[in-house]
Amino acid sequence: MSAAPSQDNAARTGIIARAVIYSLLILFAVYYLLPLYVMVVNSLKPLDEIRQGQMLDLPSTWTIEPWLSAWSTAQIGVSPTGLKPYFLNSILMVVPAVAVSTLLGALNGYVLTKWRFRGDNMVFGLMLLACFIPFQIVLIPSARILGELGLAGTVTGLVLIHVVYGLGFTTLFFRNYYEAFPTELVRAAQIDGASFFQIFRRILLPSSGPIIVVTVIWQFTNIWNDFLFGASFADFDSIPITVALNNLVNSSTGVKEYNVHFAGAVLAALPTLVVYIVSGRYFVRGLMAGAVKG
Amino acid sequence: MTQTQAEIVPVLTQGADRGARETLQEWLPKLVLAPSFALILLFVYGFILFTAVLSFTGSKLLPDFSTWVGFGNYVRLFNHPNWIVSLKNLAIFSVLYIAVCTVLGLGLAILLDQKIRGEGFLRPIYLYPMALSFFVTGVAWKWFLDPSIGLEHVMHTWGWESFSFRWIKEGKMAIYTIVIAAVWQSSGFVMAMFLAGLRGVDNEVIKAAQIDGASTVMIYRRIIIPLMRPVFLSAFVVLAHLAIKSYDLVVAMTDGGPGTATWVPALFMQKFTFGRNEMAMGASSAIIMMMMIFSIIVPYLYSELRGGRRS
Repeated sequence: MSAAPSQDNAARTGIIARAVIYSLLILFAVYYLLPLYVMVVNSLKPLDEIRQGQMLDLPSTWTIEPWLSAWSTAQIGVSPTGLKPYFLNSILMVVPAVAVSTLLGALNGYVLTKWRFRGDNMVFGLMLLACFIPFQIVLIPSARILGELGLAGTVTGLVLIHVVYGLGFTTLFFRNYYEAFPTELVRAAQIDGASFFQIFRRILLPSSGPIIVVTVIWQFTNIWNDFLFGASFADFDSIPITVALNNLVNSSTGVKEYNVHFAGAVLAALPTLVVYIVSGRYFVRGLMAGAVKG
Repeated sequence: MTQTQAEIVPVLTQGADRGARETLQEWLPKLVLAPSFALILLFVYGFILFTAVLSFTGSKLLPDFSTWVGFGNYVRLFNHPNWIVSLKNLAIFSVLYIAVCTVLGLGLAILLDQKIRGEGFLRPIYLYPMALSFFVTGVAWKWFLDPSIGLEHVMHTWGWESFSFRWIKEGKMAIYTIVIAAVWQSSGFVMAMFLAGLRGVDNEVIKAAQIDGASTVMIYRRIIIPLMRPVFLSAFVVLAHLAIKSYDLVVAMTDGGPGTATWVPALFMQKFTFGRNEMAMGASSAIIMMMMIFSIIVPYLYSELRGGRRS
């Protein structure tokens, strides 16, 4: 399957070329792994060991104290709650936002490919362009409308914002995927008297597995990792984990507990990391097949 | 429009009830799409309009549509040293970020495409940084590059006393540390895009070139890399819009410092609107950001959508 002038290459320039290739690949693996290694290793050291030793050393005394502290007792802004409540905020925000935006994206993609109408390309173009706006341009009016809806500073408000600004991408993913789905099947079902929603549920949805995975991972990563909206619209008790991490790292009281900061950073990154480790390969394959096809 | 004989007959026999259902079925797709489209019209295009109007007012702390200043905010913007610094930094950042990510992404993809043992092991290592937020990326690299605990300190404890790497503290060099971190976060994703592209190249073409006696380097330079044109374009669009939007990474690493050395347009907007109560100026900076992005994206989307229709 692979494009492989490499066989030829190996035969001619021999082992040296292979050695160079492997060392380069390993060198870059080190470059990509180093920051994660530093974060994890230092989150498992007592503080004075960080100060006296250096960051690449393995801990001589292993401790999970920094993790416990980051989770439940560290100072976040003014209160010593740890990251736990904000981790929960993020979950309460991510789950509904991902579910709603994915479902709407699937329906939109279905309509835009199987129930085409005059001007549908225009509608799609406008939804797609919305993916690329710099969010700074909507911050001021968004804050205002959330206020008027009574959703200012709430998790629900953040869910609404993330659903709206995720719709462009979810619609794009499903539209590109359903484009390749045979329209004849839909027409045949229609003639047999199946309704709009029956066709969606019984015919398209069962074969949408790959694109649902891509969309859910994409939305989950983007919403979990969002900092801008969280920092702009959340109140003290509704801030998501990324903003809480900022408050943890920058809280000026007392000594800088680097080990706790490291643990907090890994904690904040953990859900998306796990998702990638479990299904990253599937994600890339689906994304390439669906979205970047060009 | 898709009614057939078989459908029309029952409509006639069963009367008005069935007719109403037919009409509903015809309208249903549009009804389903309508809420999403309405939300986007309001929250994206309506809000852009709101911000655009705001940028012509004298708003300070809150939106205020009673004083009109015309293009005054834009004039002030382009005369403000912080905005000029932001634009310069954006230029440095985006050129390096896009170029390095592309070269590194393509390079790694080509290396990985040489029938590498352990590819399945290496690929996720290159890719995982994209799972991390720009914020966590920034936090990690801030420590890693901090002279007192990071790389410089490590070199010193290893006995290389004269080693010095304190770019993150130096006004002139700090922006480059942000490039390093951003490249770390995104280059794996670009690699994945190129790898998918390389895997899609028709083997016959390569075989034919090999039979003609072309060397591996020649095959890549003359045949394979030119075939990657669409991937270059997609990568460029993805990276360019990320570059113009970049905000979290800067906040986490330097928060614009030292001084104003690492300000970028997104940070400028935030600081002026919410920090300095210069809302109208913040709005005009956001409008300029949007125009920069749209000047790249709109032609791209236009050609993509038209191309899609033809094929």
